[in-house]
Amino acid sequence: MAEPALSETDIDTAGLAVRLRTVVKTYENGVTALGPLDLDVAKGEFVSLLGPSGCGKSTALRLIAGLGAPSVGTVSVSHRANRADGRHPIGFVFQEPTLMPWASARENVRLPLKLAHATAAEANRRIEEALAQVGLSEFADAYPRELSGGMKMRVSLARALVTDPDILLLDEPFAALDEITRFRLNDDLLDLWRKLHKTVIFVTHSVFESVYLSQRVIVMTARPGRLASEFRIATAEPRGEEFRTSAEYAGYCRAVSSALSPSDSGQRSA
Amino acid sequence: MNSLQNIGRMLLPVAVLAAGLGFWELVVRVNDIQPYVLPSPYVVFQTLVGDWPVLSESLGVTLLTTLEGFIAAAVGGVALGLLFNQSKWLEYSLFPYAVILQVTPVIAIAPLLLIYLPQQTAVIVCAWIVGFFPVLSNTTLGLNSVDRNLAGLFQLYGASRLQTLRYLKLPAALPYILGGLRIAGGLSLIGAVVAEIAAGTAGAGSGLAFRIAESGYRLNIPRMFAALLLLSVAGIVIYGLLALVSHLVLRRWHESALGKEN
Repeated sequence: MAEPALSETDIDTAGLAVRLRTVVKTYENGVTALGPLDLDVAKGEFVSLLGPSGCGKSTALRLIAGLGAPSVGTVSVSHRANRADGRHPIGFVFQEPTLMPWASARENVRLPLKLAHATAAEANRRIEEALAQVGLSEFADAYPRELSGGMKMRVSLARALVTDPDILLLDEPFAALDEITRFRLNDDLLDLWRKLHKTVIFVTHSVFESVYLSQRVIVMTARPGRLASEFRIATAEPRGEEFRTSAEYAGYCRAVSSALSPSDSGQRSA
Repeated sequence: MNSLQNIGRMLLPVAVLAAGLGFWELVVRVNDIQPYVLPSPYVVFQTLVGDWPVLSESLGVTLLTTLEGFIAAAVGGVALGLLFNQSKWLEYSLFPYAVILQVTPVIAIAPLLLIYLPQQTAVIVCAWIVGFFPVLSNTTLGLNSVDRNLAGLFQLYGASRLQTLRYLKLPAALPYILGGLRIAGGLSLIGAVVAEIAAGTAGAGSGLAFRIAESGYRLNIPRMFAALLLLSVAGIVIYGLLALVSHLVLRRWHESALGKEN
């Protein structure tokens, strides 16, 4: 598969992390999954892509990650020039934890550094840091099967963070978790984002999750995925439990819901 | 599983064995059957002890052949599986012939091999032919069973072909490869025995299967049984050893090696 069109200097100077221009993805079987889609994501922004299943939001994320090339259009991703000692511009978290079952949590987190031939000392330091960031230091030697669903997701998140990426791509990472675990991971993710100043692109089909987390919600149409509308969630930071239960939050959710399904506006529970 | 059930699982097969042997002994004694028609278990055991020098030497020969055939099958099967995984064209060109080699009964190939190859080599080749296919097909299956998202992750981080093979494909394929080896162990013994029988009728060889054929000609039925018993025990031990290795390698992570609790 071809490399995506990498950083053009102009998107860097424009303060953008990702720019998609008239991107279309048509699969070999002739199905057009996505596009045409235009999307700009600013550096340090937290953006959610929201849409029904099969609207191509995961496809868009994979294209940004460089997993596959667009059929039409360009994908530009900005990143620091310095990619030495195991740094990688993009961290990716899949819907499933996608851990290697034969390796401990620590070795799973080590993977990106090992593939980049980072030195052992540097790798060990970064792994401990990443595991601490997701609160899993005590479980470094546990195997995936010994961890709960939420903990496995944290390992997956630590693995994405260990290369100190500029951009974090999350593909419905918490969809398979119970609500209590999901709320906690939502808050932890927000904490990490505030602390680490990463650009986050978050794919979800939950209206509530997207409104709670993001600065901007991009609502997409069903197949092929196009931009339906977008909402800027401007509220007092940092967000917490009081935001989740506020009338303001409910208002945003109602507006986003009706944009998602204009026919049965407001009725939809995501 | 409670301990009572555990003890039952261990004791029941032993009880069945004891009952079977007792019944066999009884039938032979009550009907006064001659040893050259049907030897009693006691006579078989006596022969096993009495003929131990001859039988143990033959056992050594057969085990060595089996081991050589098994190693050839393991190395050949895994290596060919890796090659096939790296080059689709090679797989398309050669896989049908691997299948043909597998489906042609080895007993029919053995006489031919004995004509063209030195006897010892022919026996090992037979053990290899029957053993290598399960290793090859399991290795191929395992290498192709890699999680799609994990493969994507390796691609994202720019892993080289070699890194993907070493850190992703081989570990993912390991349970399958070990399963193939477990089958190949028993099959190598079968291949060795088949070739020995074929060779034995040609008038040479000294393995256990040759002893069975030879004793048959001499109507030394108790020794036939004793040699057969040794072959069975050898097969069980080979399987047990390979199962143990598989368990030890996979116990930390693979479903097949985990306890049944929770």
